[in-house]
Amino acid sequence: MSKIHVTTTINGDQVEYLCDPRETLLDVLRDRLGLTGAKEGCGTGDCGACSVTLDGRLVCSCLVLGAEAEGHDITTIEGMATGEELHPLQQKFIEYAALQCGICTPGILVATEALLKKNPNPTETEVRYWLAGNLCRCTGYDKIIRAVMDTAADMREAS
Amino acid sequence: MALDAQKTNGFTQVGTRPNRPDGIDKVTGRARFGADATAPGMLFATIVRSPHAHARIKNIDTSKATALAGVKGVVTRSDFATGLTGENWNILENVMAGDTALYDGHAVAAVAATSALIARDAARLIEVEYEALPHVTDVDKAMADDAPVIRAGAADKSVPEGLHPNVVRYHESGHGDVEAGFAEADLVIKDHFKTEATHQGYIEPHACLATLGGDGKGELWCCTQGHWNVQKICAALLGLETANLRVTASEIGGGFGGKTAVFIEPVALALARKTNKPVKLVMTRSEVFRATGPTSSTSMDIKIGMKKDGIITAAEGTFRLQGGAFPGAPMEFTAMCAFAPYALKNVHQVGYDVIANRPKQAAYRAPGSPMAAFAVESVIDELCNQLDLDPIETRLKNASKKGTKASFGPMFDRIGLVETLEAAKSHPHYTASLKAGQGRGISCGFWFNHGGETAVTLALSEDGTAQLAVGTPDIGGSRASMALMAAEELGIPYDNVRVTIADTATLGYNEVSHGSRVTYASGLATIEAARDAVKRLCGRAAAKWGIPEDAVKWENGCAVPSGPNAGDFDPLPIAEITKRMGATGGPIVGHFEATPEGAGVSFATHIVDAEVDPETGKTSVVRYTVVQDAGKAIHPTYVEGQYQGGAAQGIGWALNEEYIYGEDGRLQNAVFLDYRIPVASDLPMIDTVIVEVPNPGHPYGVRGVGETSICPPLAAIANAVSAAAGVRLCELPMSPPRILAALEKQRDG
Amino acid sequence: MHYHTPTSFDDAIAIAAEASGTTRFLAGGTDVLVQMRADILTPDTLINIKGISGVQDITRMSDGGWQIGIAVSGAEMSEHPNLGSDWPGVVEATDLIGSTQIQGRCTMVGNLCNASPAADAVPAMVAAGASVTVTGPGGTRQVAVEDIPTGPGKTSLGTGEMITAVHLPPRASQGGDAYLRFIPRTEMDIAVVGCGINLRLDGETITEARVALGAVAPTVRLVPEAAEAIIGTTLDDAALAALAAAASAACSPIDDKRGTVKFRTHVAGVLAQRAAKIAYARAQGEKDS
Repeated sequence: MSKIHVTTTINGDQVEYLCDPRETLLDVLRDRLGLTGAKEGCGTGDCGACSVTLDGRLVCSCLVLGAEAEGHDITTIEGMATGEELHPLQQKFIEYAALQCGICTPGILVATEALLKKNPNPTETEVRYWLAGNLCRCTGYDKIIRAVMDTAADMREAS
Repeated sequence: MALDAQKTNGFTQVGTRPNRPDGIDKVTGRARFGADATAPGMLFATIVRSPHAHARIKNIDTSKATALAGVKGVVTRSDFATGLTGENWNILENVMAGDTALYDGHAVAAVAATSALIARDAARLIEVEYEALPHVTDVDKAMADDAPVIRAGAADKSVPEGLHPNVVRYHESGHGDVEAGFAEADLVIKDHFKTEATHQGYIEPHACLATLGGDGKGELWCCTQGHWNVQKICAALLGLETANLRVTASEIGGGFGGKTAVFIEPVALALARKTNKPVKLVMTRSEVFRATGPTSSTSMDIKIGMKKDGIITAAEGTFRLQGGAFPGAPMEFTAMCAFAPYALKNVHQVGYDVIANRPKQAAYRAPGSPMAAFAVESVIDELCNQLDLDPIETRLKNASKKGTKASFGPMFDRIGLVETLEAAKSHPHYTASLKAGQGRGISCGFWFNHGGETAVTLALSEDGTAQLAVGTPDIGGSRASMALMAAEELGIPYDNVRVTIADTATLGYNEVSHGSRVTYASGLATIEAARDAVKRLCGRAAAKWGIPEDAVKWENGCAVPSGPNAGDFDPLPIAEITKRMGATGGPIVGHFEATPEGAGVSFATHIVDAEVDPETGKTSVVRYTVVQDAGKAIHPTYVEGQYQGGAAQGIGWALNEEYIYGEDGRLQNAVFLDYRIPVASDLPMIDTVIVEVPNPGHPYGVRGVGETSICPPLAAIANAVSAAAGVRLCELPMSPPRILAALEKQRDG
Repeated sequence: MHYHTPTSFDDAIAIAAEASGTTRFLAGGTDVLVQMRADILTPDTLINIKGISGVQDITRMSDGGWQIGIAVSGAEMSEHPNLGSDWPGVVEATDLIGSTQIQGRCTMVGNLCNASPAADAVPAMVAAGASVTVTGPGGTRQVAVEDIPTGPGKTSLGTGEMITAVHLPPRASQGGDAYLRFIPRTEMDIAVVGCGINLRLDGETITEARVALGAVAPTVRLVPEAAEAIIGTTLDDAALAALAAAASAACSPIDDKRGTVKFRTHVAGVLAQRAAKIAYARAQGEKDS
């Protein structure tokens, strides 16, 4: 089966790869590009651990084909911090212990960053529904929601 | 110098809330979990699984698969060790079926290829010829006379005569005279309860990377709660010398007990041996549901007698646990935990371990206890309702305390149940007003907690910083707790302690991260290893000062003379000692290798408000408070996290989570879409109260906190549903169709 | 699997018409990629239609109706400044498909062509009186949405045929629509029952209504008896009772892992009442709170 040549942008860098048409963007990120921050928790779009943005839109990378990335702009958890400087969400997640095992954390951070770009002042209910597709089995979500709400408040104050 | 005294106050670091040492790795995607490892020349593997609940394997034809370009090897049962007995045989039989597939999803073969896609294509080409056999998946049906025998001769000697061969173990315990106790009661309530199997639901599927050469030397990287256990079992299943297999634990994406067992690791090793290449094997989500270790399903009968004043006169329980096709369902834990919160004169409990055509159960957070609490605490709630008694006051009247003979035998030492009940009673939640359609439930819960084999080393660096190597994988922030305890003892900054989860070649045997043992046992080990290092530091100072070792004590990170008679020397900071350690006797390393046995039991009391939609039977949890005894909270934020996580898992178990088997014995909901764990919008904030009644068996009073928090929610929610809608649900999950049916039944009288 | 990226409907149809084996069109991919991963189906030919011009457009037509491109995602519908004012029920139904992540990809047409009886967007589209343009080797036809699914996973589309646009009629004055579904959790589940209702008032009296039910029959079902139960009424208690009875009577569901026959039949009536009240309030000009 012949492979497809793809040129795309990932975290601001132009990237080229060859992929099988059946490979998902998640497979490509993890197995071909070594970007293992996005996780496969289910492979069927139910858990959100593989969340990335595609042209700024939050998606599950397990439900995007690698071939579909052609000409688009992808960002992953690896692109969230600026050098050593963590994104305020990343910093707050550590401070609030908004992660226990940490496997869902990259997906939740990518998802919440997308939320705060769209809605800098979300209610608790809006945060909870926005994150309904990001399963966390450790925390009961309490500290995650608090971290997101407080980061949003800090970022509003700073802007 | 008193090294072993219990310290319960005056902490400088313990009890603070610093950032976890591995925080940045985990928020940047840098942390390496099970599936994140690679090796040069690595192959990818896929497992072929039985589509039948019970079938004889007549033939496996691998010729088409091996002929596919890119396929490098196929393994079946014949590629594993022979002659195993006992639990090793059970595990091998579960990891790779022998003559018979025992459940839907049972592994029958595996293939390794140069890409994951080729491996998947090849798996479809492996032709397995099955002869379907009669199957059974329900616990009560599996015990019935007409049930198919899953495996003849599986029962041990504990099973009384006359029971079905699927009953493989039996337990009985208690004390007093329950019949006399029931005769004394003003009200006796008896009820039957059932709970479905649930899954731990960790978000990270099992994953590993194995290398095994012809010389019998292997390397294994895997996500596990205990890599020494993996090492021991894999060595046995592959016929290797244990020390020749080095196992490294990856970061672990949740376990909750489910990663205490071994499933894919021996298969990856067998493929690595066969192909002489590194083999990566990662489960899909549906494989996780079908073929790892969910909880047992249960069928339980509870009978409790109570006086009008709320005193329990007798309690009796029968607990039947179905734990898949192998012995091991934790029915003795269910039986022993059931009545543990209460001081009972007369108590009797019976347990049955029943096998059926389902995957081999594994531990899940306080294995066996939540189901017991569901049944027992529901009956106590009903007794309180019918006798018009306050549920907390009634529990206080019967509460176990120091000196109580536990329902499971021993005498309790200092415990904190009364304190959790008092804290719950005075919490604003308990007296807050409720809206129409809402009801409040409370429940207690109990878990033993565990110590277990533990080895730790604490090596000091030349600059006075410390490298702590522990052997218990960090499931939820334990590195932070270990660093706090080491820093506390050494009197150095928290950031000067680097905590590593060591591999199996580096430390002595460590039992798995289970039984809420990590902060207790590895914590105790860390404290003792630090005290061992401090003793050596003091020795170096004593030598320098020319005074006896016992004339030196350790204060704020410095050696100081123990009193005016010891001499007048300036405090000697740790870095001054370590800087010269090479010349003063060599490296300074503190050790601990032992099996701590003082894990203090722990109790919790939960309060929950639930709202039931009377038209659809849908239940919403609107407010939740966890009160639990931590003994001593080392890092209170992570203690709260354990409380909240346990409550959330309990809420899922109570309302929506279940294994659904079809008539064909196949699992119907092996995806997160239909195995419905709570999502963010399902839950309220979860309030926590940390009660601290020190555990006499730990130097700081720590009790395990990880498991007890999942015990009360099932009953607390059932009791809240009862209060909200007037119906008593005796079967889990309390799904909308079940609640609606109960409401209809109530309306129809 | 052969992967194609045509830039015109003609090319897409030609590829589909010539393909052998199983062919799927790829827009959001939230069904087909799941089927591939779960080993249910890997198409022999996969045609990504997102490169075709216009497929991402939401257009208000001169008659006040709407044309929605076949690759418009749920999120794009929710974010549109005007579509949701006219068709809040259709937008909220599409918005219920999956998570935020799924919303970034899923489409109404995908939801329709997947032909699940539990599809959330479809009852709302049927209630709205939506139609689709179907184009194939034999030409183009307009088809009512309710005529597309013919059974679970089956549609009336022929070989080489594809849906090329969705059409929503003009929003009538004093009209409103709503969609509700029942799921055990608050999000992420497949509908156990779904109900879309679109109605129009004259004063306080309902003059036109369409009621559609999901997940209670092999296909999404338009239920004229349920509409008749409320037409000519002010949605008083008697009308609501008749509506619930008619909705429940129209159910022929199955027992499965997601719900029982009894539960689905009962809840269909409950949801019909609740959705009707919302649609009625919207028709009266009440803004959602």
